[in-house]
Amino acid sequence: MAGPETSPAEAILEVENVSLRFGGVQALSEVSFDVQSGEVRAIIGPNGAGKSSMLNVINGFYHPQEGSITFKGVTRRRMRTHEAAAQGIARTFQNIALFRGMTTLDNIMTGRNLKMKRNFLLQALYLGPARREEMEHREFAERVIDFLEIQAIRKTPVSRLPYGLQKRVELGRALAAEPDMLLLDEPMAGMNTEEKEDMCRFILDVNGEFGTTVVLIEHDMGVVMDISDRVVVLDYGRLLADGTPDEVRRNPLVIDAYLGTVRD
Amino acid sequence: MFYREAGQFKSGYAADQAMFPIPQDRYVVIAIVAFAFLGVPLIANEYWLQAILIPFLVFSMAAIGLNLLTGYAGQLSLGTGGFMAVGGYMTYKFTTFWPELNIVACFLLSGLCAAGVGVLFGIPSLRIKGFYLAVATLAAQFFLVWTFNKVPWFYNYNPSGTVTAPPRTIFGTMFTGPEASAPARYLLALSIVVVFAFAAKNLVRGRVGRSWMAIRDMDIAAEIIGFRPFQTKLLAFAISSFYCGVAGAMSLFLWLGSVETEAYGIDISFQVLFMVIIGGLGSILGSFLGAAFITLMPILLTNAPQFFGFSMASDLQKHIELMIFGGLIIFFLIAEPHGLARLWQIAKEKLRRWPFPY
Amino acid sequence: MEILNAFFVSPFVDMAEYPVFFAEVVANGFLTGIMYSLVALGFVLIFKASETFNFAQGVMVLFAALTLVGLQERGVPTWLAIGITVGVMVLLAMAIEKVMLRPLVNQDPFILFMATIGLTFFLEGFGETLWGSNVKRLDVGIPERPLEVPLGGDFMLLNEFDLWAAGIGAVMVLGLALFFHRTTIGRALRAVADDHQAAMAVGISLRTIWVVVWSVSGVVALVAGIMWGAKSGVQFSLSLIALKALPVLILGGLTSVPGAIVGGLIIGIGEKIGEVYWGPLVGGAIENWFAYVLALIFLLFRPQGLFGERIIERV
Repeated sequence: MAGPETSPAEAILEVENVSLRFGGVQALSEVSFDVQSGEVRAIIGPNGAGKSSMLNVINGFYHPQEGSITFKGVTRRRMRTHEAAAQGIARTFQNIALFRGMTTLDNIMTGRNLKMKRNFLLQALYLGPARREEMEHREFAERVIDFLEIQAIRKTPVSRLPYGLQKRVELGRALAAEPDMLLLDEPMAGMNTEEKEDMCRFILDVNGEFGTTVVLIEHDMGVVMDISDRVVVLDYGRLLADGTPDEVRRNPLVIDAYLGTVRD
Repeated sequence: MFYREAGQFKSGYAADQAMFPIPQDRYVVIAIVAFAFLGVPLIANEYWLQAILIPFLVFSMAAIGLNLLTGYAGQLSLGTGGFMAVGGYMTYKFTTFWPELNIVACFLLSGLCAAGVGVLFGIPSLRIKGFYLAVATLAAQFFLVWTFNKVPWFYNYNPSGTVTAPPRTIFGTMFTGPEASAPARYLLALSIVVVFAFAAKNLVRGRVGRSWMAIRDMDIAAEIIGFRPFQTKLLAFAISSFYCGVAGAMSLFLWLGSVETEAYGIDISFQVLFMVIIGGLGSILGSFLGAAFITLMPILLTNAPQFFGFSMASDLQKHIELMIFGGLIIFFLIAEPHGLARLWQIAKEKLRRWPFPY
Repeated sequence: MEILNAFFVSPFVDMAEYPVFFAEVVANGFLTGIMYSLVALGFVLIFKASETFNFAQGVMVLFAALTLVGLQERGVPTWLAIGITVGVMVLLAMAIEKVMLRPLVNQDPFILFMATIGLTFFLEGFGETLWGSNVKRLDVGIPERPLEVPLGGDFMLLNEFDLWAAGIGAVMVLGLALFFHRTTIGRALRAVADDHQAAMAVGISLRTIWVVVWSVSGVVALVAGIMWGAKSGVQFSLSLIALKALPVLILGGLTSVPGAIVGGLIIGIGEKIGEVYWGPLVGGAIENWFAYVLALIFLLFRPQGLFGERIIERV
């Protein structure tokens, strides 16, 4: 898995003054923050704070009415979702979004699709280049499978897998795309402690070994504070705080939002 | 007992990615294909070839085409008959315009025409998800059949409005036309179906197949990992229409010999859809099983009452056939959406472990 | 040049020269349109409750009409036959719920759609096994006198039957709209349409809703069957005519009651005008596909239909 070649201090993603509305509902208002290349960035906030909307804006699924997104130095106005994937953004979902009719291996292979170039005619004949290409990518998919320790379920249809493993396969599918930036939407939701530990290990390994930038949404504060370099806090679609885990933890506004305050 | 994988080790990804990774499967498929080419023409009589085997091959081709679209890409088409009509009529135009052009080349060209027409109807409807393709293909069905009926150019201004397959030879053997022998037509149909069945199998196990299934299973996630939903669906529809077009050409040239537009009516569309559902959505083998089932069923129904010693009025028989088909569709969708092919697979899995169930 | 003239000039000249004839064509199309609206309403009802097209709506029209005629032929008085047929349609709805819908709950709408295609074939076979497949005449006692309606110093010919049909259709449409918006069942139905599970959580029985919805669309099918059957005989083609409701829905928007009504009228009038003024130029019988192609063109420009809502997707 090739990591990005940018130096660590450089911002890989800049979000500037993004506002997003659905009819009368203001999902995000004037949110700005950046993500630096190679860091683990967490987005936290109470339910309905706009975290998932933020991820959807980043990978082009929602189009903000105002503001701009700059990824790897390219500012975009409006783009289709698959173009974000082509630029090197991969993600997982809050509610698992695997292809239920396919095996683990096939799911992970779908992550390789943007790297595969042979057209369907060659593929129908399964000759030379198409066959070689399929083998190359199979080899890469197997490396992802080894990394995530899911060799045994390679040929199992994903609909038969337990929840924790499905989450892992979904991470595998995202990794197979060799992304520059990985968006994880609640990767640890609904997991037990052991599964959470495994998942943390994978995330840190991906970040450490391949230098992949990670942006994650998570509710488990212990996890967030442990693994992330910097944290963005959203509340009611507004940016509440931005800083290292320690700064955020001490920020009175954040404490208010999470614990509530007594006002006189 | 003999269906065991123990002791078979794969030494590379290529072996594991093969079309039939288990050698026994491979031998069985080779044996069946060999028998179909060498054995069947020797033992089957005219009735078997004309009434059962050739229609079976024609419908298998169409069912594979529809299964690529419906079973793999998850889009429903009710216009199979219309696209088959494009294949039939365009082959007729090609071969009467260039009589010296190889008839198989005409089949393929007309398949391309069907694919083009498919794209035309697919463009407005595939951009949005839902049942829109079903309505668009219904439009195609009615519009295409009407066109071939009303525009005399398509049937070369023949006053009777029918098109008849002219005699054409390949390497000195007559394959189409009234003089062509049934075994010759059977062999040509079989060759086409075998080639395209393998091509379909190759498509669905590679990148293209995965992109179709991804769109079918979860289109939003598919788009987010970089598939373009519209292009993916359009490709599926174009390839599917190609298969249906070639099937339509085979139907006119290798099976019926002479047709009017009724031969490509909406009933055919439903029949092929039923083959796909009963045979198994998302299975190439299932397309064959479904085609066999639906081809044999009416023959069985015609003969069964006589066998039991009572007679049935032919229209009553037709109605009972409709009820059985309808009932079976609902039954299979509820009990086993992967159809006969899945039942076969379960049987194989059991066999693999036999005599120890666990 | 001549072709351009034939297609783009002379039809309009004809319309302007014989306004009474044009008015008759429009009125005729309007009446057919009300029929389409009626069938489309049946689709909308079921679409709202189960997010699927009920492909069998057309054959339900045929089935209801066949049952009615069958009873009449056996000497049952018309009013009683209608009552019994309503009962049969309710029973049918219950059977469908039990045998087909319940096992397929939470399946992809796509699977459910294909199941309704299966249902179409089953019902067609079943109805014709029971009542035979020959073309039948249906007479429910609505008079068929020609009426002369004064129009700008001239007279327009209308059939009294058509006026009755239009009236009854309009009443049905109105009644259904009220049913949707004013009754408890209607509210429960809209809740189910929004979210199956949430609706069940607040104590709405999905099964009851389904039975009610399928019964109502069965009754709608019966009304449509009576009107069409009395006009053109009860036969298989009835179920194909009813399939015209699919393009009507695309035009009007899948979930919209006013959409179904307006869409039905547009298609009804459009295809009559098309057939009368442009049909002869291309060989006639364009009614078979006109509605579908119109809907297809419409899809290009306004995919959600005239009254449909844009859908916000979430992941």
